[in-house]
Amino acid sequence: MAKRAAPEVNAGSMADIAFLLLIFFLVTTTIETDSGLNRKLPPIEDNVEPPIIKQKNIFTVLLNGKDQLLVEDELMELKDLRKAATEFLDNGGDRTCDYCNGKKDPESSDNPDKAVISLKNERETTYKTYIAVQNELVAAYNDLRNIRAQALYGKSFVEMEANLNDVNWPGNKAKLKEQLEKIKIEYPQKLSEVQN
Amino acid sequence: MAKFKKKQGGEMPAISTASLPDIVFMLLFFFMVATVMRQNTLKIENNLPFADQVEKLDKKDLVMYIYAGKPSANYRNYGTETRIQLNDDFADVKDIAAFIAAERAKKREELIPFLTTALKVDKDANMGLIGDIKQELRKVNALKINYTTKKGAVSSNN
Repeated sequence: MAKRAAPEVNAGSMADIAFLLLIFFLVTTTIETDSGLNRKLPPIEDNVEPPIIKQKNIFTVLLNGKDQLLVEDELMELKDLRKAATEFLDNGGDRTCDYCNGKKDPESSDNPDKAVISLKNERETTYKTYIAVQNELVAAYNDLRNIRAQALYGKSFVEMEANLNDVNWPGNKAKLKEQLEKIKIEYPQKLSEVQN
Repeated sequence: MAKFKKKQGGEMPAISTASLPDIVFMLLFFFMVATVMRQNTLKIENNLPFADQVEKLDKKDLVMYIYAGKPSANYRNYGTETRIQLNDDFADVKDIAAFIAAERAKKREELIPFLTTALKVDKDANMGLIGDIKQELRKVNALKINYTTKKGAVSSNN
């Protein structure tokens, strides 16, 4: 018997069906944003004595209801905040900090361990400005840590943190964690928010 | 000399569209993998602000979401003031404690200290409301929070 070629199946409508499914998925799903600024709230403690901090070790950032920024009693643009915060943290006024690159101004913070950034906002402040300010302050800490990590280990702090969280990273995680801890101790993140 | 005979009927052969479904299916699978189904139906405007120092929120099952923003166009009868949304419905600040308790009850006990509260707040919201939410979270000892933001330069916020 002669072999007969199998008749071709018309697949024209399959594309339509697939398109229908595709459009359904496009409409019903979202690409969720799953990143953001992590923060930790202070626990509520009753009648705790506030620690005594020297005025020169506090960097006050005030955000008023009109979204204006008042840094150390002076009006400031948002774009200058990161630099001002970095200079304050890296000042090293009491000369105990041998890794600081700041001006060693005796009127500014003693060392990164004592320096505290205090952020206060009003009820009318908009959220976007608040986030922008938080972002700049976190960036100031990250910049300093990056520079320090680059000097010590030849890699930036952010990169090292990414490596620590990466399951496929081949290096020694215990050692990496130790290195990260060291930098965190040298530049501790002391960002306090004023309760209003 | 009839070696090169002209083909009979100069019609173009039909172009095969058999690979078209494959291409569309590929797109479909990409979308199915890259996206998640909406968890909550948002009744509020939720235009997140931008920030560039972001950290990724991993372990989705350990995250509780609190949304806030102005009621969206269909829900204007709830007013135009910024509202909180928890689990598909509008809520008040005082409902947060109950919400956190309910979320915690769903999780295994040893995981409770690792729970993070993600605040998905519209960028035009007032800090007054956020302050109230944070105070409420402190009361129930849910101290790990995350201000969910889009990735981008802060200057694009305005």
